[in-house]
Amino acid sequence: MRLLRIVPDDTNFDFMRFRRISFPISALLSIVALVAFLTLGLNFGIDFKGGTLLEVRYPNNTLDIGDVRTKLEGLQLGEVQIQEIGSDGEVLIRVAQQPGGEQAQQAVVGKVRATLGDQVEYRRVEVVGPRVSQELLSYGIIGLMLAVVAILIYLWFRFEWQFALGASIANFHDIVLTIGFMSIFRIDFDLTSVAALLTILGYSLNDTIVIYDRIREMLRRYKKMPIDELLNHSVNSTLSRSVITHVTVTLALLALVLFGGRAIHSFSVTMMFGVVLVGTYTSIFIASPLLIYLGVNTRTVEEASKAAREPGKGAAKDAAKDVAKDVAKPGRAAT
Amino acid sequence: MLYFSRWKALAIVAACAIISLMAVPSLLPPAAFNDLPGFLQRKIVLGLDLQGGSYIVLQVDQAEVRKARLEQLRDDARRVLRDARVGYSGLNIQNNAVQVVIREGQDAALALTKLRELAQPLGGVLQGSGQLDTSVSASGNTITLALTDAGIQSRTIQAVSQSIEIIRKRIDQLGTTEPSIQRQGADRIQVQVPGLQDPSRLKALLGQTAKLTFRLVDTSMSPQQAEQSRPPAGTEILQSQDNPPTPYLIEQRILVAGEDLVDAQPGFDSNTREPIVTFRFNTNGARRFAEATQANVGRPFAIVLDNRVISAPVIREPILGGSGQISGNFTVQQANDLAILLRAGALPVPLQVVEERTVGPGLGADSIQAGMTASWVGAALVAAFMIATYGLFGVIAVFAVAVNVGMILGALAMLGATLTLPGIAGIVLTVGIAVDSNVLIYERIREEARAGRSAISAIDAGFTRALATILDSNITTFIAAAVLFYIGSGPVRGFAITFGIGIITTVFTAFTLTRLMVALWVRWQRPQRVPI
Repeated sequence: MRLLRIVPDDTNFDFMRFRRISFPISALLSIVALVAFLTLGLNFGIDFKGGTLLEVRYPNNTLDIGDVRTKLEGLQLGEVQIQEIGSDGEVLIRVAQQPGGEQAQQAVVGKVRATLGDQVEYRRVEVVGPRVSQELLSYGIIGLMLAVVAILIYLWFRFEWQFALGASIANFHDIVLTIGFMSIFRIDFDLTSVAALLTILGYSLNDTIVIYDRIREMLRRYKKMPIDELLNHSVNSTLSRSVITHVTVTLALLALVLFGGRAIHSFSVTMMFGVVLVGTYTSIFIASPLLIYLGVNTRTVEEASKAAREPGKGAAKDAAKDVAKDVAKPGRAAT
Repeated sequence: MLYFSRWKALAIVAACAIISLMAVPSLLPPAAFNDLPGFLQRKIVLGLDLQGGSYIVLQVDQAEVRKARLEQLRDDARRVLRDARVGYSGLNIQNNAVQVVIREGQDAALALTKLRELAQPLGGVLQGSGQLDTSVSASGNTITLALTDAGIQSRTIQAVSQSIEIIRKRIDQLGTTEPSIQRQGADRIQVQVPGLQDPSRLKALLGQTAKLTFRLVDTSMSPQQAEQSRPPAGTEILQSQDNPPTPYLIEQRILVAGEDLVDAQPGFDSNTREPIVTFRFNTNGARRFAEATQANVGRPFAIVLDNRVISAPVIREPILGGSGQISGNFTVQQANDLAILLRAGALPVPLQVVEERTVGPGLGADSIQAGMTASWVGAALVAAFMIATYGLFGVIAVFAVAVNVGMILGALAMLGATLTLPGIAGIVLTVGIAVDSNVLIYERIREEARAGRSAISAIDAGFTRALATILDSNITTFIAAAVLFYIGSGPVRGFAITFGIGIITTVFTAFTLTRLMVALWVRWQRPQRVPI
């Protein structure tokens, strides 16, 4: 059987030269994202904004969206969004937070139910009061920051500082672009979005670390190679893996976007953007070339490994020894 | 890297099998599940977003806790000062404190000592920390009894505990399966009731304080007159629960209260066939009710629930038996619910609903369907791609990922964790990411082979080098999942759980199962050439 081979062996693209294009593009996109975030803001969902959300289904084509609109506008509940979803007679009703504390929010559901009657199916009802929405928002922000800090600390322990800084900048870039995307396309920003952002963060770093690991290994092995060439070589030798993993994750996410249902649709779409479009691009075109500017060279790794380990051992072996200690039985390949 | 002792190999297979098999009980029909021995009766709980149900967060109103304690303190102060025969004026509640002015300067010291005794130690007398819930201070002739923050805090916690007990009693009466009632933070209660069609009844049951009192109606003037002028001292105007409401002028003095009820049942009035609630008093309540009705034959008395008049019948004859009935144009369900509320007792303070999320059973079923479809499609696509890319090694990877998913489900069952729709998304995502560890290993093997190593040596080196990277790269993702678990709630936490467990099982299978399978293949085939 002939196997599929997406990336040919021994590619040798000059990825580092792309930085003259990719850096300005990323800078531009980041600015666009920031401007969108500052002017359009995020489309806060009910979790963070508070208010009431009802998903209602009218059975057997009895939905008359105009009628629903007139009825609900008659209730004088302030800002009410009515949106037909799907083709199954389903309507999504969002009522903005009411003035007058927690009880006022609860009253909304009663009024809407009384108006629309019992002939319809109430598929989902969510009411988030002002206090809870405030808390959820601060939890979300604290959580994101906590994750970034925890990951930074881990990277700092595990790698030299130049790598940690490079990964953080790349990370920040991912988050900014994803938030910009959500802002421009008015995707609901709620707790699930925070989950999506955190996953994008973790995944994008995962990708970056795979390449960084390789760069570090190369630095130990080829002490005389110019840094541009070394970085290029590292990215090229991990390219096949990057592409294949990229495809599998895309396939999994595609299934979620197409079949995962509306409840996680905004989550899936955000992940698709963040992981598939941004994450992989960042690792190759931003995180790796950044190391040139951060002054990574053979000495960076040498000094760090000398400080951490006893001198005199082969540099190439060190990389493997990091983890393999307890599982490896060196020298006893299967015979 | 490719050598496994027989025992190690067995241990790996056993661990994978046992953890995966823990998922099986969750797939069994309920009857078969109940036949299992106890230690196997662990199953994955479906989140409310999948099985339908209501998630409600109630909050104890701290202001109410404060108000109730201050009123109690004021009444106690009045009693203490009266007992000590100390003249005072202006006993009132001001800015979170009770203030009183002692008339005679020489009484101030005595009053201060007496009032100090009202302060209660925190955490009970036995395990008290020495702190008091009230600070009593004097300036000149004015004595101030202020509530300490610690005092309010401990009373709030107490109120939450009592409320949880009462809510549990109320919900148990609804006959729903497996409700969960938990404290959340210092002043909140989280209620989860699966499989409820309409949560408005549940909310009505939770949102009512259900403070029942029997009081006399003041007939010295009509309620309308009282509304226009002022209600006489010791009375207040309360509205009936009808629509439109009728006002009543009711005495503030309570004849008997709901605490003295021992039972309440819904029933029908034998004459009118109307739904009613019958109740019985305890001995103390029966005696007081008998005395009150004896003394007031011919006068109307009111049955008041949470400051609303349910009914105000006229006492025709003394009620001595200690039981009675409440009628008030109820529907059958209203009578039923009132009986439930009276049996369970009153909440110590009013509770507010601060968050509600209800998913109807229809949407839940649709979500399960969507999750299943997405899972199968995602798995099939990934499997097809992996096999197309790596052939036999692809099959090994797919098998490892399948075991991986089995282990996630098994771990969920063992932990009794909740599976939500985002949780299913987490599993699908894990499938996409778990194969990454295989990809890393296989690509590395190919590279090593290209660099001129023999097949076996390339496979060995491929594993050794890739595993370091796999560990490094997964730890960051795991940190993100852990943070998410910490901050998230409900469905989002469900995602964090499956995603986090998925990362652990991914690393585990990469280090053990994949390696074992490749090692067995190598031993069997003795390849001259790397097959990928």
